[in-house]
Amino acid sequence: MSAVARFLTRRQHEGPGRGRARRWSVADVLTYGYLIAGVLVMFGPVAWLVLSSFKTQANLLEFPPTLLPLAQDTAVVDGHPEPLPLFDVVQDDGSTVRLAQVRRIGLVAQMVDPVNPDEVLRVPIERRTPVRNFRLATENYIESFGRFNFATYLRNSVIVTIGATLITLIINSMAAFALSKYRFRGRNAIFLVIIATLMIPISVILVPVYLVITQVGWINSLWGVIIPGAATPTGVFLLRQYMLTIPDELLDSGRIDGASEWRIYWQIVLPLAAPALAVLAIFSVMWRWNDFLWPLIVLTRSEFFTLQVGLNAFQGELNVQWHYVLAMTVLTLLPITVVFSLLQRFITTGIASTGVKG
Amino acid sequence: MAGTPNAFQRANALVGRATQRVYALTMNAFGLVMEPAQKLLGVRRMAYLFVLPNLLVFGIFILFPMLLNVYFAMTEGGNLFPQDRPFVGAANFERLYTCTDYGDPNTCLEDRFWRAARNTGVFVFFQVSGMVLVSLITSMVLNRKIVARGFFRSVYFYPVLLSPVVVALIWKWILQRDGVLNAILIALGLDPINFMLDGTWAMTWVILVSIWAHMGFYTLILLAGLQSIPNELYDAGAIDGTSTLQAFRHITLPLLMPTMMVVLVLSLIRAVQMFDEVFVLTGGGPGSATMLMVQYIYMTGFGTQNPRFGMAAAASVTLGAVLLVATLIQLRLGQGSERHLA
Amino acid sequence: MSTRFRLPILLALTLGLLLGSAFAQVELRMTWYDDGAEGVVMRELLDRFEAANPDVKVIMDTVPYSSGILESLPLQLAAGEGPDIARVTNLGGLSQYFLDLRPYLEDAAYWDANFGPFLDWMRPAGSDAIPGFMTQLTVTGPFVNKTLFDQAGIAVPEGGTWQEWAAVTRQVAEATGTPFAMVMDRTGHRLAGPAISQGAQFLDADGKIVVDDPGMRAMMQLMIDWHADGTMVPDVWIGSAGSYAAGNEFFVNGQVVLYMSGSWQVGQFTNLIGDAFDWVVVPNPCGPAACTGMPGGAGVVALAETEHPAEVARVMEFLAQEEQLAEFYGRSLFIPGHLGLAESGVTFATENPLTGAALTAFSQQVPLLHPIAYAMQAYPYNFVVFNAIRDRLTQVFVGELTLDQALERIQADIDEALRESGAN
Repeated sequence: MSAVARFLTRRQHEGPGRGRARRWSVADVLTYGYLIAGVLVMFGPVAWLVLSSFKTQANLLEFPPTLLPLAQDTAVVDGHPEPLPLFDVVQDDGSTVRLAQVRRIGLVAQMVDPVNPDEVLRVPIERRTPVRNFRLATENYIESFGRFNFATYLRNSVIVTIGATLITLIINSMAAFALSKYRFRGRNAIFLVIIATLMIPISVILVPVYLVITQVGWINSLWGVIIPGAATPTGVFLLRQYMLTIPDELLDSGRIDGASEWRIYWQIVLPLAAPALAVLAIFSVMWRWNDFLWPLIVLTRSEFFTLQVGLNAFQGELNVQWHYVLAMTVLTLLPITVVFSLLQRFITTGIASTGVKG
Repeated sequence: MAGTPNAFQRANALVGRATQRVYALTMNAFGLVMEPAQKLLGVRRMAYLFVLPNLLVFGIFILFPMLLNVYFAMTEGGNLFPQDRPFVGAANFERLYTCTDYGDPNTCLEDRFWRAARNTGVFVFFQVSGMVLVSLITSMVLNRKIVARGFFRSVYFYPVLLSPVVVALIWKWILQRDGVLNAILIALGLDPINFMLDGTWAMTWVILVSIWAHMGFYTLILLAGLQSIPNELYDAGAIDGTSTLQAFRHITLPLLMPTMMVVLVLSLIRAVQMFDEVFVLTGGGPGSATMLMVQYIYMTGFGTQNPRFGMAAAASVTLGAVLLVATLIQLRLGQGSERHLA
Repeated sequence: MSTRFRLPILLALTLGLLLGSAFAQVELRMTWYDDGAEGVVMRELLDRFEAANPDVKVIMDTVPYSSGILESLPLQLAAGEGPDIARVTNLGGLSQYFLDLRPYLEDAAYWDANFGPFLDWMRPAGSDAIPGFMTQLTVTGPFVNKTLFDQAGIAVPEGGTWQEWAAVTRQVAEATGTPFAMVMDRTGHRLAGPAISQGAQFLDADGKIVVDDPGMRAMMQLMIDWHADGTMVPDVWIGSAGSYAAGNEFFVNGQVVLYMSGSWQVGQFTNLIGDAFDWVVVPNPCGPAACTGMPGGAGVVALAETEHPAEVARVMEFLAQEEQLAEFYGRSLFIPGHLGLAESGVTFATENPLTGAALTAFSQQVPLLHPIAYAMQAYPYNFVVFNAIRDRLTQVFVGELTLDQALERIQADIDEALRESGAN
């Protein structure tokens, strides 16, 4: 018990002397045990997804599943245009021979010896075992590319994410600037309304928002996805709280220099609020890239689908074909994984330092 | 590091300058409108102009729909346009709240609503407490002197970036009847479990998966809170002979409290709003064991062939009222922590 | 600064307008879903139409059946944001949004003659509207994995009751180590045939829906028992909630002996099962009242909100031609929803003997369909009834409701839905 307590309360910076003379204490073992278990739990499911996405359809159906992708070996046999699957067949005398299967009818398989393709053998199916080897079924990716319009969906997702993030940053920061740096009639009312709606998810007002969108004519338009979520109460709140910490004297000295209010906003306040803006930008990218329910309702034409909507459509269409669904899921999480691995230090420290203000 | 800049640094500087140029250009372009406006309005009233774009979008796409929603809640029928919908007053609410025994959804007219309410209660309680606990432990582990802290921090954060659809598909694939988890159970000599067909298991996994997906976010916030606690306090404690447990209770916990509050409230809001992951993972099943409030609203108003917009709106007005109360409580509680944050 | 940008924009605009008017082309949207790969055939037919009619372009939006056709499309239609043409199965429920093609058709008599009985499914009673044509006529019925029967050394029974089928498929499953005996798509439509066989009436003398009768109770009790004792795959009904779910995955993967579905699966099975095992269609098992499945079908319909009714009518008239439909049905392996073709017969494009036999078996089911089955298919709010049965029955499986409570709830759900939509 006390070991657990010590483990939980050990701090990052211990005395310098102790640091050098460290040996592996119980707490250290627990710490690294926890961290390694964490890696397994957090990455394991994703790794399993990636491994599975390289399995053939037959390999995916196996239970218990194989760890690595295995595929049945095939052989090209004279007289058969398609490569035939290979099996090891137990013969009557107990010896094993490697045969290629032409077709299976009921409980009997018609097989040929690849060396002697003219003679067709009839083999009971329980006598054969497939010959398999490690192989990445890249055809899952290649074939599903044909059906899943990845490039279009990716483009739409990128447009929505970047467009919405830029608009959110600009209008939220303008509002936050006014709410934090001016006294005007209605300021408190506006702020209160924004606070009050902080917690209402769009999913509970879907019908009326949908109605508004139809009236504006934005069904099946990326605008219909970009704009409604742009005025995030969270963003305004976060930026306002941050801008409150910017001293008014800085603004006043700008005014004395003859700068316009707009110039003060973009040349003085925005650069100072950069950490908060960065956090909002990270949030916005995450929200928009992963947004699902709203685009699902607004976008009904496939050329406007975002990746998430496309993926959902794809899994709905091909419920029998996990090998395609898994491959497309991997492709969908790939871009954000790449961006994250490049920017992870920036993103994690950014949220850690300012994210508290949500 | 000093000396001649390498190619990467040069490219970086170049991109930086270009970004600045574009930024200035864009902002100057907006200035063409804003600066004459200031002459017209005067400095003080510029505030309105600054609030305007956000307020417009907010008003049209959030506030107005909310009010419209209240009106929807008082109408019925399958027509979408308000003018075609017969006004029924409080009838939807009456129907929604009619129960002979509020403890038993089966006695309610809208039994699904009350099931969803109960499920949401269970989900929120266990998910939020689990989330706070796991994030706290993880952040304290990450706050220890460890190698590769940045890497481990990223590991825990990574699932936060995944979309709900992807999260749900990943776990669906693991938890399914012939999934890898059952294979592991069998390998350990246990009986396989069809997790998605048992109400309790399904709810358990829904909670675990949502913790898995979001704990990284709260861990980072708590980690920042921990790192802001001055080391001198612990050193002073060590001199006084404080035990580690005491240090935790008397130094760490009180100083971390404001951050904990933030985490608690944020995760609470998110939990009440939970929808996408659960929807894709279980569809609300088995039966209605994992149907949460937002899904009830979605299913009543959207995901059905005979939508009942009025009832969906009535339910969402109810949920909105609950959330509003929660927000007000948060504001009350937050008054202290806001000062701390600002 | 701003003038510098204006000129190119103006130029682009003018250019766009000029080009636009030179190639004035009407663009029509068709919302589509696939049972198998019939979308490819439809696309080819449309390409052919476009080649002959360069002024019209038809874009197909292929969406998932459940979320796209069943859930999203009705909302789009209610908001007046729907496509011009759509392929739907809820013919009665959506009929208020359909366009009457009659005034635009060159040969309306052809439609009346060949689609007459099916047109009644897609228009209000007493109307003579022509909203569209059937992409297929469907009959529900069971598929059986014959290879499993062979392996178990049990002959596939001819006829028999549902109870007998449950018993024999259980034997086969046990003998072959197959995890499950039976599976049924998660929809009240699939359940309706067996329920009618058990004696369910559905409609009373006034044409009102009454669910609770001995026949329905008997069928529901069977379903409850089959789910309790592991005869049926639990994943399909219990594992999903609030939406349609198909059992085809289990059948295709050889994990179940009998699959209660319908004729639209034939094309898909031909492709997906290949020679993995032999599958056959058997007659609908019997109950005391009948041995019936349900008729049904999907139709391609024109939608009233379209801005180009004349062009829509041209597309529809082209697609409905005997020649085009013969190709569509034949290549998609669908039972024709065209009386002339049903008479003359369609050549199915398959060399697989299983496929031909399956289609024949389904065709032989048609005369056996019970009148109540036809009445329910024509009942415009049948989806309300089927959905209520589906969702409430599932709640009984998981213990949230008793059978009595479920029947009460089903009736209440239906009454409330009909009251709200003004049907009563």
